[in-house]
Amino acid sequence: MSKIIIKNAVKRYGDLTIIPDLSVTIPEGSLFTLLGPSGCGKTTLLRMIAGFNTIEGGDFYFGETRINELEPSKRDIGMVFQNYAIFPHLSVGQNVEFGLKQRKLPKDDIKSRTTEYLKLINMEEYRDRKPDKLSGGQQQRVALARALVINPKVLLMDEPLSNLDAKLRVEMRQAIRDIQRKVGITTVYVTHDQEEAMAISDLIAVMNNGVILQIGQPKELYHRPATEFVAVFIGKTNILPGKLVKKDGGTWIKFDFGHEIPMDGFDNIAEQDIRVSIRPEEFVRCENGIKATIVDSLYLGLNTEYIMELGSGVKVQVIEESSFVETLQIGDVVDLEIKRQKINVFDKDGSVNLLGVN
Amino acid sequence: MNRTKFKWNIWYTSAVVMLLFYLLFLIYPLGAIFQEAVYVRGEFSLAHFTRFFSHSYFLGALSNSFQVSAVVTLYSVALGTFLAYLFTTFKFKGKKYLQILLIIASMSAPFIGAYSWILLLGRNGAITNVLTNIFGFPPFNIYGFFGITFVMTLQLFPLIFLFVNGAFRNIDKSVLEASENLGCVGIKKFFQVLLPLLTPTILAGALLVFMRTFSDFGTPMLIGEGFRTFPVLIFTQFVGEVMVNQGFAAALSVIAVVIALVVFLIQKIVAFKFAFSMSSLNPIQPKEVKGIGKVLIYVFVYSSVFIAILPQVYVAYTSFRNTRGMVFHPGYSLGSYIEAFNRMGNAITNTISLSFYATVLIVIVSVFVSYLTVRRRNFLSSTIDTFSMIPFIVPGTVLGIALISAFNTGVFGSGWFRITGTALIMVISLALRSLPYTIRSSVAALQQMSVSVEEAAESLGSSRLNTFFKITIPMMASGIISGAILSWITILGELSTSILLYNVRTRTMTVAIYVEVLRGNFGIAAALATILNVLTIVLLFAFMKVSKTKTVSI
Repeated sequence: MSKIIIKNAVKRYGDLTIIPDLSVTIPEGSLFTLLGPSGCGKTTLLRMIAGFNTIEGGDFYFGETRINELEPSKRDIGMVFQNYAIFPHLSVGQNVEFGLKQRKLPKDDIKSRTTEYLKLINMEEYRDRKPDKLSGGQQQRVALARALVINPKVLLMDEPLSNLDAKLRVEMRQAIRDIQRKVGITTVYVTHDQEEAMAISDLIAVMNNGVILQIGQPKELYHRPATEFVAVFIGKTNILPGKLVKKDGGTWIKFDFGHEIPMDGFDNIAEQDIRVSIRPEEFVRCENGIKATIVDSLYLGLNTEYIMELGSGVKVQVIEESSFVETLQIGDVVDLEIKRQKINVFDKDGSVNLLGVN
Repeated sequence: MNRTKFKWNIWYTSAVVMLLFYLLFLIYPLGAIFQEAVYVRGEFSLAHFTRFFSHSYFLGALSNSFQVSAVVTLYSVALGTFLAYLFTTFKFKGKKYLQILLIIASMSAPFIGAYSWILLLGRNGAITNVLTNIFGFPPFNIYGFFGITFVMTLQLFPLIFLFVNGAFRNIDKSVLEASENLGCVGIKKFFQVLLPLLTPTILAGALLVFMRTFSDFGTPMLIGEGFRTFPVLIFTQFVGEVMVNQGFAAALSVIAVVIALVVFLIQKIVAFKFAFSMSSLNPIQPKEVKGIGKVLIYVFVYSSVFIAILPQVYVAYTSFRNTRGMVFHPGYSLGSYIEAFNRMGNAITNTISLSFYATVLIVIVSVFVSYLTVRRRNFLSSTIDTFSMIPFIVPGTVLGIALISAFNTGVFGSGWFRITGTALIMVISLALRSLPYTIRSSVAALQQMSVSVEEAAESLGSSRLNTFFKITIPMMASGIISGAILSWITILGELSTSILLYNVRTRTMTVAIYVEVLRGNFGIAAALATILNVLTIVLLFAFMKVSKTKTVSI
């Protein structure tokens, strides 16, 4: 077990730069998620840590050890792959034993540790089965045991759940979280699914175009996204353009659709064009506020999501807890107010959160 | 750092070894005949080529070959496709067994079929005698153009059948349902939907049939009777008794290679235009037929399979008859077998040992070549990959002449490595000719295997070499083995290269059969052919067991 330090990593394929300059420290024992849309470089970075991709620049450390030139087989990693990568010609037990055999451990040790980890994943009775008789979820559990049994310094997981169906995915992510906590291993987890990332991670790094935009706990990313990209990528949000103006000794947001709200904490920030991120639950109904016409509604069980039009053709998503006696109809006009303390204000490029992040 | 260097070495070394193998045994020999073709008495000259193109006698052989190949391809495609259509669309009994019989028919050596048909339909053939003597048919014969096309079509339509039958299984039945739903049914459906979907497969199969017919040497030699085809011309120019001209034979070989290449490229270009990929979740289900249709299907299917397999059966039958020379006497015995073992015993052991060594060589080369081309794709490995496919289109006779020219006086005439007449050159030529089957099959197996499985092994502390032997090879195993068995079967039936390279110590069964047929020792020939067929069938069943299929695809 050790922390991972990456300094100024560069990844290039020919003339194409995938990762221009990336530095990050992954704390010991944490479950650290690389989250981003496909093609953002998250898997590339993971495979650089694993040793399957060449490193064009920068330094990679596990604890104090620099690993840039180490063969994958010498890095002491456990890796779990999207397609499980189970050895199809070996039984479940032999799959789990494989790494231990490479380490030339005594036979008894191999046996007892294999048993221990098969128990950990609740698969002991499948020991002699061939993998083609297992379901996807079971195969992925075997892959997890196989990666953990060698007691690696770090565990790397490359979209481990994306080949599973929705229900199993939720079950497995809980299992992974439990086992990771129990073993306490430094884990780097790659996913494009923000909900999965939120549920499972200690820390999330949101990536785009080979750059880490923000690292934080799930709730930090949700409530104080560093950029508009993070705000949009994590959860749902409405982005409304406007202006920050000084008026009556205070600072106001003047939305382009024609509404004004006073804001606290912006007194030291100059007047400028802004983009405001308001999450669907940050609109609440009130007595006398912004007039909104209901365009459409989606019933989602716990909540109902509305598409509403605010005056001059601006459409927003609004979410409310559902009730059995549904009173709102399409075409109805309601009054909304904005939970001012929760919203985020970005500069006109969406690249800086004017309130700052941590 | 040390490790990086080591891994670089092992793959680099194997790539270089493979490259040298192909350079020495394929590219250099082909270069040697090219040189021989354009140098007359030490001077550059195109005299051989002008001679060829100015004599209708030579051009005639070429045109004969084209005609035979075109007609055989046409008939084989029509018959094979139609049979595959019946197999896919309709229910009838015995499908599994019929299919196995067709595979056996396609896998046996063509010239054995030719020989057997001579016994059946030749001048004094069993069927000929019945028809002319009892039913008063006018005398007829199957020698010449008709005989060659007849024998080759029966030999090769099963290949098309196997190809197209495989392609049918990739067509999802929803495609046909969609076509019916849009009002395209019956014969229109066949031509507008099914046939286009089968086109890439048919083209690939047609190329194979065309090239096999074009380069086949044994069949026209036996049943041609004066009907000269191109490989026969090359052979007689090279070793003939009357007018041997090795330089001219070399020039003919060059022409043959060029033709093969052109046909191959045309097929590639055409196939590329029709290329698409299909995957089927619900293959077409055969449906019940009733009444006259059912009768017709049974008659057609069973009789075509019966005619395809008849030569093997008849050869086996005659092998148990009492024979003296070309004449069959009443009564049955194992006399032919005893004589075959006594006089041709070493041909049997040679076939087994040479084909075994060749197959071992094939497996080793295939494992490395397939790994290099799939996992370490670069200029070097692509070059090796291309080289490895050349023997697939170069006629066997040409390869034989090339190897003799190249090694008769040692490499570049230096006296070093004079392997002509040795078992080594037999093993290498047999391996070269059959390598493409195992390489393709290993490549396919490796391509299906996700890289992440090997990465998983490495992440668990396994070195690259260890991963290669413990993970990669075991996972490829069924692909390698089934390919190797196919290669082995092809080696067993190989004649056109062996006939040039053999000597008394290294002659194989196919050579012995061919020679005995020419000498008129029909009993020995039949006994050897039957043994060869049994070996082929045993290997075929091994193949089906390993690959877990009831079919063969090439």
